[in-house]
Amino acid sequence: MLNFHKEHKNLVLTAGVVFIALSIVVAILPAFQMQETEPIPDDKPLTDNQREGLNVYVSENCMACHTQQVRNIEMDNIWGDRPSIPSDYFYSKKRLDVWRQSPSVLGSERTGPDLTNIGKRQPSEDWHLLHLYNPRAVVSESVMPSYPWLFEEVDSVSVREEDKVVSVPKEFFNKPGKKIIASEEALRLVDYLKSLQQTELPGGNVNDFIPALRKIQTEGMDGEKQAGSLDGAKLFSQTCAACHQETGKGVTGAFPSLVGSDIVTDENPEQLIRVVIQGYDARSDYGVMPPFGNQLTDAEIAAITTHERSSWGNDAPEVTEEDVKKIRELIESELNQ
Amino acid sequence: MKTHKMLLWLLLVAVPNFAIAQEAITTENWLSSPGIIGTFVLVAIVMIIAVIILFIKLNGYIDTIKRRQIDKNKMAFDDELVAMEEEDIDAILEKRKAALKYKLKGDELSGENKAVDEKGLLQRVENDPANAYFDEKKKTSLSLETPEALKKIVIYYIAAAAVWLVLGTLIGQYLGMKFIWPEMDHQQWLGFGRLRPVHTNMVFWGWSSLAMIGLGYFVIARTSNNKIYNYKWAWYGWWLINATVFLGSICLMAGINNGGGEYREYIWPVMLMFAIALIITFVNFYKTVATRKISEIYISNWFILAALIWTIVLAIIGYLPFYQNGLGETVVQGYYMHQGVGMWFMTFTLGLVYYYLPSALNKPIYSYSLGVLAFWTQMLFYTMIGTHHFVFSPLPWWLQTVAIVFSAGMFIPVIAGTTNFLMTMKGSWNHITKSYVLPFFLVATIFYFVGSSQGSLQAFRFTNYVWHFTDFNVAHSHMTMYGIIAFFLWASIYAILPKLTGKEPSQVFVGAHFWLAFIGLFAYMMSLMMGGTYKGLSWIDGEPFIESVILMTPYWVWRAVGGSLMFLSHLVFAYNLYYMVTGYKNTSPSIKTKKVEEITV
Repeated sequence: MLNFHKEHKNLVLTAGVVFIALSIVVAILPAFQMQETEPIPDDKPLTDNQREGLNVYVSENCMACHTQQVRNIEMDNIWGDRPSIPSDYFYSKKRLDVWRQSPSVLGSERTGPDLTNIGKRQPSEDWHLLHLYNPRAVVSESVMPSYPWLFEEVDSVSVREEDKVVSVPKEFFNKPGKKIIASEEALRLVDYLKSLQQTELPGGNVNDFIPALRKIQTEGMDGEKQAGSLDGAKLFSQTCAACHQETGKGVTGAFPSLVGSDIVTDENPEQLIRVVIQGYDARSDYGVMPPFGNQLTDAEIAAITTHERSSWGNDAPEVTEEDVKKIRELIESELNQ
Repeated sequence: MKTHKMLLWLLLVAVPNFAIAQEAITTENWLSSPGIIGTFVLVAIVMIIAVIILFIKLNGYIDTIKRRQIDKNKMAFDDELVAMEEEDIDAILEKRKAALKYKLKGDELSGENKAVDEKGLLQRVENDPANAYFDEKKKTSLSLETPEALKKIVIYYIAAAAVWLVLGTLIGQYLGMKFIWPEMDHQQWLGFGRLRPVHTNMVFWGWSSLAMIGLGYFVIARTSNNKIYNYKWAWYGWWLINATVFLGSICLMAGINNGGGEYREYIWPVMLMFAIALIITFVNFYKTVATRKISEIYISNWFILAALIWTIVLAIIGYLPFYQNGLGETVVQGYYMHQGVGMWFMTFTLGLVYYYLPSALNKPIYSYSLGVLAFWTQMLFYTMIGTHHFVFSPLPWWLQTVAIVFSAGMFIPVIAGTTNFLMTMKGSWNHITKSYVLPFFLVATIFYFVGSSQGSLQAFRFTNYVWHFTDFNVAHSHMTMYGIIAFFLWASIYAILPKLTGKEPSQVFVGAHFWLAFIGLFAYMMSLMMGGTYKGLSWIDGEPFIESVILMTPYWVWRAVGGSLMFLSHLVFAYNLYYMVTGYKNTSPSIKTKKVEEITV
């Protein structure tokens, strides 16, 4: 009956029908299933501005190098507090318009960092703008392309009130009487990037990463969180070095140096701890520092500040977890007054 | 008894160990992980084959030098003759006269005497004289039987493909250099993110697809012993596919892309043209096969017809919007990107190999049934494994498991195909010295085994852990799309074009193409495989991300070096192609009707 060697009709029909059947099972049905998710209660829809930013993200094809998925394995823990779940993509993965489908933001290659939580990890708008203008201005070893076409070069005199001026260090832009201002597109893109934050699940995040290192396996996943075992240098390079650089020297004209800084090397660490927890916007010649109080634990802040106070020629006494805790309480009581 | 003990040992010790080893993932013993060891072995196979080919080629070269020496000796002998005295010559001639007059009595080996071959003069005793001329090959000339219209179609498809190959890999090379010099240009249209899909889509839909379909037209007509159903449709397909790649590339560079899912970056109005081209091609092929002049459908046509119908389905599923919000899109993306490779490029190319390899060697395929097995298992296993691009992602775990299990199942079609091709080549290894067609086929077959097996190993848990998201994936995709598909296509092109046009390119240039492409690819994939592994290990060890960027620099440099060699080889290929097809219509009929064996292989 089914003589495939002689009956071309049956051959083609069988190959076609079986393939379609398998495709329905392995692609279409699961796809329909995955589509029926609901948003996490605290998750907010993208604003119009952020949606425009996502459009810039897609048309520049940032997905070629950046992923947006925290896998449930231990090494991805640095990219988010919990593994990504389908609901995380409820608002961002919708059909863009008639011509373009829902964006493939999950990505397949991590030439650059994962961006699931970039808004939390890097909340500073100034940093993002400078980084887009020239990534090497803030991360000297970066291989990311720069996006000068998202910025405009204007005469200093014609800068309007509402323009966002990007303070670019001299080595990267040195034309007297000219300023770099961010275009509407750049601002929207940064707005979108800042919106990329993992929403906490109701009832707290369940930490179900599959551990990778034997060290952590034997100590338990929380073992690393103990004070003392924290590596201040590593935490600094993960959290702070993006702006202040590994050398602590910062980027002149954008992010201040920590080397020999009065705040950093003061005998009393209170001001330094306050800056880390609350952020800092007292100097007009530098970008705004966002608060890190929610992102870092007391022990982590202690480790980082200790590292800052004892590196690059700085020589100030150690900061303990207790110190940080006291100041955090102090700040909270001030706010409640 | 011993084997029983071994089995028991395996079951009791090795298997649970293996299972536990899966639980305790550590980077300390990464070198002894089964996936990594497997990959080492596979790469070693490629290396060894390359050395063997080089050795055979060198051997051939030494042979020619030896032959030159023999010629020299002959000349010396001639000189000696000229210098001889007349009497000496007379004496020799007298001797020769006597020798010529000498007659055998006729009973040296028979008659009264017992038949003994005392001097060992008889080499072979043939009892079946009807078979005495077994080695004689039937000499045919394709030129007479190939309609001019079909020739033109094949040549134009391949020529367009070559243009996209050169342009597409030039862009690829440019992108590779951007890893080393990110500030190379500040043009929005040349930004890395925009240009990357231009490269991938151009070599996919422009180079590989056009070359495949062009070569396919010849196979379909030839194996059905028939004329192509409609020549005009072939030209519609040609225009549509070229328009797809052209407009698609312009769109991508202008920042209009379909959401960034790999290989479906072209927006639907553009991709629709490609789908229509596929449908036209399918109907054209199908009608040709349906009216074939022989009763059997040759196995090549199975693969080629199926590849077309599967890819039409695939394009429709990949672009329909109803189930593509949220992670629905991700499920379809995994399915689409893998099937694009597996059901289109791999399946179609295998169909081509089942024709061009045996025809180049002038012998039948080793096993027809093995081909049939490979066909059905290709459909069953390949369709299911798309999600292995999203292991550990938020996609349902059952889907990931299915993908991993069926990835292991891929060994069946791969081993079936590899065995079939290698056994077909067996006994014809001397062709390696005669031309570069067989070396191209051999390298592609080895890469078919190595690249596909390595892909299966990559779906293992530990290997996925190390390699996912790293540059290793880029190495894998070049090992397969280039090592398998492009090498098979070149083999087929060099096998068929000289027969169609009667002009064979210089073996030196074909050799340059072969070695530049091979060495370039090897450098390309080794550097990215090593760099990718170190990158993954650095991530597992929790080092700051920028460390993994810094450590890649030397590997990116080597990748660019390998890429340059590959690009150079494409220029040589373009020249060879130009030489083969230019002015072929004016080639004198005497060359055109030359016996096939004298022209090529």
